[in-house]
Amino acid sequence: MSEHPLPITPLVQIPESGDPYLQGFKCKSCGAITLKSRMACAKCGGRDTLEPFRLSTKGTLHAYSIIYRAFPGIDVPFVSAIADLEGGGTIKTNLIDVEPDPEKIQLGMDVDVVFQIAPRKDAEGNEYLAYFLKPAA
Amino acid sequence: MGSEDVYITGTDMIKFGKFPDRSIASLGAEAALLALDDAGVTINDIEALYSGNLLMAAGMVGQQIQQEIGQTGIPVVNCSNACATGATALREGWTAIKAGIYDIVLAVGVEKLAGAGMLGGGGGSRSGISPEGLLGSGAMPCVFAEAGMAHSRKYGTTFEQFAQIAVKNHHHSTMNPKARYQIETPLEEVMNAEMISYPNTKLMCSANVDGAAAAVLMSEKKMKELGLGSQAVRIRASVLTTDPWTDRDEVMPDVNTCTRNAAAQAYEMAGVGPEDLDLVELHDCFATAEVLHYENLGLCADGEAGKLIDEKATWHGGRIPVNLSGGLLSKGHPIGATGIANVYEIATHLRGNAGKRQAEGARIGLAHVIGLGTCCGIHILEAPSS
Ligand SMILES: [Zn+2]
Repeated sequence: MSEHPLPITPLVQIPESGDPYLQGFKCKSCGAITLKSRMACAKCGGRDTLEPFRLSTKGTLHAYSIIYRAFPGIDVPFVSAIADLEGGGTIKTNLIDVEPDPEKIQLGMDVDVVFQIAPRKDAEGNEYLAYFLKPAA
Repeated sequence: MGSEDVYITGTDMIKFGKFPDRSIASLGAEAALLALDDAGVTINDIEALYSGNLLMAAGMVGQQIQQEIGQTGIPVVNCSNACATGATALREGWTAIKAGIYDIVLAVGVEKLAGAGMLGGGGGSRSGISPEGLLGSGAMPCVFAEAGMAHSRKYGTTFEQFAQIAVKNHHHSTMNPKARYQIETPLEEVMNAEMISYPNTKLMCSANVDGAAAAVLMSEKKMKELGLGSQAVRIRASVLTTDPWTDRDEVMPDVNTCTRNAAAQAYEMAGVGPEDLDLVELHDCFATAEVLHYENLGLCADGEAGKLIDEKATWHGGRIPVNLSGGLLSKGHPIGATGIANVYEIATHLRGNAGKRQAEGARIGLAHVIGLGTCCGIHILEAPSS
């Protein structure tokens, strides 16, 4: 079992010191920003053009849904949200610290990316560091 | 591309429903025989079979259907392309006739989906922990809810407007004896139904059903030789696209761009525009999706889908009726069959055989499906000329 929390996806970077952050990729040929590494750029087909790109922790809420029916073992309701990040890149994760009520969630509002230990562990007991969205401070 | 047109000379579907005691092959075979009978031909006339099925993609369903209706030794192609599976199978047949390889082929789509969970997608655990419910939701009701909310962000589309789609499609299904459900669902009932994934309630999610549909395709030469001109529906366009890279598509499957691209290609191929359409069957897997496709297919200008709903323009009797069959919401969505069933629906109107739900004097119709992952299939069909 790992002593330290593991990244929930390869998007999450946990440096030896300093804050965790999200690292996507940016194509130096066409400027496309992607969340995962690929054999070639999905936009322009460029080879060896994708470079690591640190995603912003500031963004705007593009879309969301409030989930009431989910797979077994998942607490509902929760808010699934999509945010466009400053400087490029779009992520999807839970929107937290907000009431699951359409009246309380404004499309286009400013949101922050925050990092928290995920509330579930894997079979070996490892903890995972996840990223969430919350209304901007 | 070959110059000779391709025609649908026979097409039918079984009543969608729940058939726990029947094999997938028997459902597909029933639709196949109905379509063959409609065209007045037999399996012995068919030169190739294109079979669409998703969940048993490795099961050689086309051959299983042959075993029910006649093993004639012809080529069989088993197609799987998410919710565009049926449209893909039909289009493969169109392609082969267009290429001059065959004069008469059969396309069948079949799926057993009754009793499947509503959520689809999502849930899957890789290594580590499942991200479902932590990093948002990948379940289908959520994916299409979020797509709808992006429209809300841009144009202010409301929960009530999304709900009106379900009111309409459930209403249309009351006039379709082959629909899974034939039940009126007033607005309050739709909006107050169990919320699955805001803004989609249970009545705004497609119905998981068993179903099958089939179509006989012929070259112009064969159609004329058999004297089928009075029932031959001309395929004016057959288009398949995939999703090009767009900025949000890693987290938000883009069903818009591939539909817009397919529509542009289809209108060009058919030499018609959206203003020429008399009816449309589009991929209302969720009520929110139908709203997006009004604009994607050019049925109205961008930002005017809400107005189209408010004006009831897409209802039976309206300017451009959409999903007169009841759509995936009420007719049902047996994935592999869906893309052929919506072609059947259009063809039935173009032949003037749609009974109470008939689109009056329909000459040109469009059938659209989306397969998440992602692809889009569009067919534009024209009424028999004689
Ligand atoms: Zn590139």
